[in-house]
Amino acid sequence: MKYLQYIVGGIVFGIVMSKSEAISWYRIQEMFRFQAWHMYGIIMMAILIGTTGVFLIKKFNIRDYRGNPIPFHPKDRSIPRYLIGGIIFGMGWALSGACPGPMVVNIGFGYYAMLIVFFFAVLGTFLYGYFRDKLPH
Amino acid sequence: MNMIVSISQPWPWYVAGPIIGLTVPALLILGNKNFGISSSFRHVCASCFPNGIEFFKYEWQKERWVWIFIVGIIIGAWIASAYLQNPNEIVLNPTLKNELSQYGITDYSNAYLPIQIFTWHSVFSIKLLILTVIGGLLVGFGTRYADGCTSGHSIMGLSALNWPSLVATIFFMLGGLVAANFIIPYILSL
Repeated sequence: MKYLQYIVGGIVFGIVMSKSEAISWYRIQEMFRFQAWHMYGIIMMAILIGTTGVFLIKKFNIRDYRGNPIPFHPKDRSIPRYLIGGIIFGMGWALSGACPGPMVVNIGFGYYAMLIVFFFAVLGTFLYGYFRDKLPH
Repeated sequence: MNMIVSISQPWPWYVAGPIIGLTVPALLILGNKNFGISSSFRHVCASCFPNGIEFFKYEWQKERWVWIFIVGIIIGAWIASAYLQNPNEIVLNPTLKNELSQYGITDYSNAYLPIQIFTWHSVFSIKLLILTVIGGLLVGFGTRYADGCTSGHSIMGLSALNWPSLVATIFFMLGGLVAANFIIPYILSL
């Protein structure tokens, strides 16, 4: 079972996101209104643990389970990309109450209105691909 | 049985955060993959309707792991909905509840979505259409433009101490802040 780790990882992620209410439209509204610590706590703890993990992997040259070195994919340096794209993404995140991960969790939970969001997110990505050459990067 | 009862309660941030953070080293070591979910939208475009667009010409078949991961997420969410549902109402800041009640949102029987707006029955309501259609378009367009989403930038990118991911995260927050405080009140009062 070549893909077992992804299934298991996905299941854990789906359960944690549901049980922590990080997929809740209400929690996103609270976060962007600075009315609760909850989401900030989750994101900061995740970054803290993630950073520790990445640090240890780099420090001790830890290899993957097959013994291959682990490459990191740094993102391009740019301001317009992250400024314009970031603000657009953030607005969509607040409106729909879901970034890409939570969209999928909501669908799995049985909230099919999120299928509309998912469908239009794919369309949005398509539009980006279509107009890519005309946008400042 | 007590175990099931206690994990059915909402999990606090200091439990959920570390588990989500562990996804980063777990995917790196067990799969040699950088954590990120929004790239799946691009793979859908590349596999279903590339339309000769350069941006969608790449070997999307090699990115199969994202799909498997998403199938896992759906199974996990289903398990949570079937066995681990919190029987109590979601606990929110009263200020938010007070504000939302002005727009007629009073039903908190669903912890994840304002069920009075997000149902199939109101599929033609203007509020639902703006929140889902416009919201979805902005997420999909913005995430590719910014080259990542909350998982790819704010979790994975910041964990790897990438400067661009910090810039992206700051603007994610700024966009959300503006939309939540100045645009959503207007949409909800339509």
